[in-house]
Amino acid sequence: MKILVCISHVPDTTSKINFTDGDTKFDTNGVQFVINPNDEFGLTRAMWFKEKQGATVHVVNVGGPETEPTLRKALAIGADEAIRINTAATDGFSVAKQLANVAKEGGYDLVIGGRESIDYNGGMVPGMVAKLIGANFVNTCIHLEVDGDKATAIREIDGGKETLKTSLPLVIGGQKGLVEESDLRIPNMRGIMQARTKPLNVKEPVDANTETSTVSFEKPAPKGAVKLVDSVDELINLLHNEAKAI
Amino acid sequence: MILVYTESEEGKLKKIALEAVSYAKGIADQMGTSVTAVAINANDTSELGKYGASKVLEVSDDKLNKFNGEAYADVIGQAAKSEGAKVIVLTSSANSKFLAPTLAVNLEAGFVPNVVELPSSTSPFKVKHSVFTNKAFANTEITTDIKIVGIGKNSYGLKENETSATTEAFTANLDAHDFDMEVVSVDKATDTVTIADAEIVVSGGRGLKGPENWGMIEELAGILGAATACSKPVSDMGWRPHSEHVGQTGKPVASNLYIAIGISGAIQHLAGINASKVKVVINNDPEAPFFKAADYGMVGDAFEIVPELNKKLKEFKAQNA
Repeated sequence: MKILVCISHVPDTTSKINFTDGDTKFDTNGVQFVINPNDEFGLTRAMWFKEKQGATVHVVNVGGPETEPTLRKALAIGADEAIRINTAATDGFSVAKQLANVAKEGGYDLVIGGRESIDYNGGMVPGMVAKLIGANFVNTCIHLEVDGDKATAIREIDGGKETLKTSLPLVIGGQKGLVEESDLRIPNMRGIMQARTKPLNVKEPVDANTETSTVSFEKPAPKGAVKLVDSVDELINLLHNEAKAI
Repeated sequence: MILVYTESEEGKLKKIALEAVSYAKGIADQMGTSVTAVAINANDTSELGKYGASKVLEVSDDKLNKFNGEAYADVIGQAAKSEGAKVIVLTSSANSKFLAPTLAVNLEAGFVPNVVELPSSTSPFKVKHSVFTNKAFANTEITTDIKIVGIGKNSYGLKENETSATTEAFTANLDAHDFDMEVVSVDKATDTVTIADAEIVVSGGRGLKGPENWGMIEELAGILGAATACSKPVSDMGWRPHSEHVGQTGKPVASNLYIAIGISGAIQHLAGINASKVKVVINNDPEAPFFKAADYGMVGDAFEIVPELNKKLKEFKAQNA
């Protein structure tokens, strides 16, 4: 089985979010970048397929040279090969087109993406890749097993979960549950050393149009100070009469 | 024409469907056009006119009793084409988010999710949506001929707009590829309120010291008709199921009221619950970061406050019933 894991290079979850250039660009100053958490759960599940079922695992990212440390980290975790598509990730559709091209050319059986990236929260790339390459698609996937060309997936639905049977080629939008938090791997020294010599292929982009264009960013209006209350009666009163929440 | 997909569950329209119609009517008024709703296997669509739909396309097909992203996207896409829709309104439900990218590719339509208000302009078509997990907003232009927007939960609300709606049966052409996926089983709690649908969410953190202390949290949720949730460490330690974990890598919460008990308020947690309207924190540490994010706060021991709150809320509910 050939697996392609799509990796988004995102600001660490603790990052302070600021914008520059007249609020048109994300301010990367002082920001630590990581593998998108939803993608990391998928990558770790891919490692399980590699170790238990002999799968080969490639990782791919759409972005400039500054995203390579994130791909190297994926290699240090255990991916066999990395691909960087050398163009800025602009909108969801154009990124999906780049990834679909790699997925098609490489003949992957399983493409793993994250439910959403924690920066732009678009949540559309895996579903678009699936449609563009004519593969089946499972979103918010929390468990996946593959047997030959058959797959069983569990997806999270509002208020529960659903078990699905489908077949390869398959694309998933993964999240926590594919593996547990405690299964995530911190690269060890050996992994880091090996990652330096594993292939990281830079591929030039194919033509892809965009469908959306972000004009500006803004931050939420500053919040008023918390109202501290001393008694339960006062809290109930405020929630009922002032906030009208109960 | 604005097309809105009105979701139902077991034949009953969901509240988010009515919010979606309200929003679609808002765009229709901006653009001087009307709203058509498409409902799949809903028993009674008469309510849709009340929120502004002029036409309801009713799809009845036993093969669509269980959600199927590919097939549902085909139904909505074909309805959009037959109606000549320029804008399609979806919600932020798990099913809307599942089918949206497929629909977008089918119609070569640009898609923006998590939209928080009506478009600031319809030509060019510009919408404001939340990004960086509620830490910021982006203003994004959709440049394609057909536009798809997914509205954030609780961001627009229900707006009544009495319209006389006509109803038509609609049949989509579906083929075998639409059913390459088979739903084997659905495991859904029917007796509890889900985090996605809840108006009120009651959430517990590490400050509760152990899973055996959740009785008072469940009681509070029961009194308020709320869903229960928890912080990431609580789910990581196995005190509560993963499905209750809310925050950046867990479930997002956009309820009317969010009550955090014994949760310090890590930045990832706050990001995930930030879209809630009213936030209450109960914590014994006055320095807990949650106090900076909350609207109302009580400093003190949860093991004293929560039982008293439950008792007084029961009295309050009895008086206001």
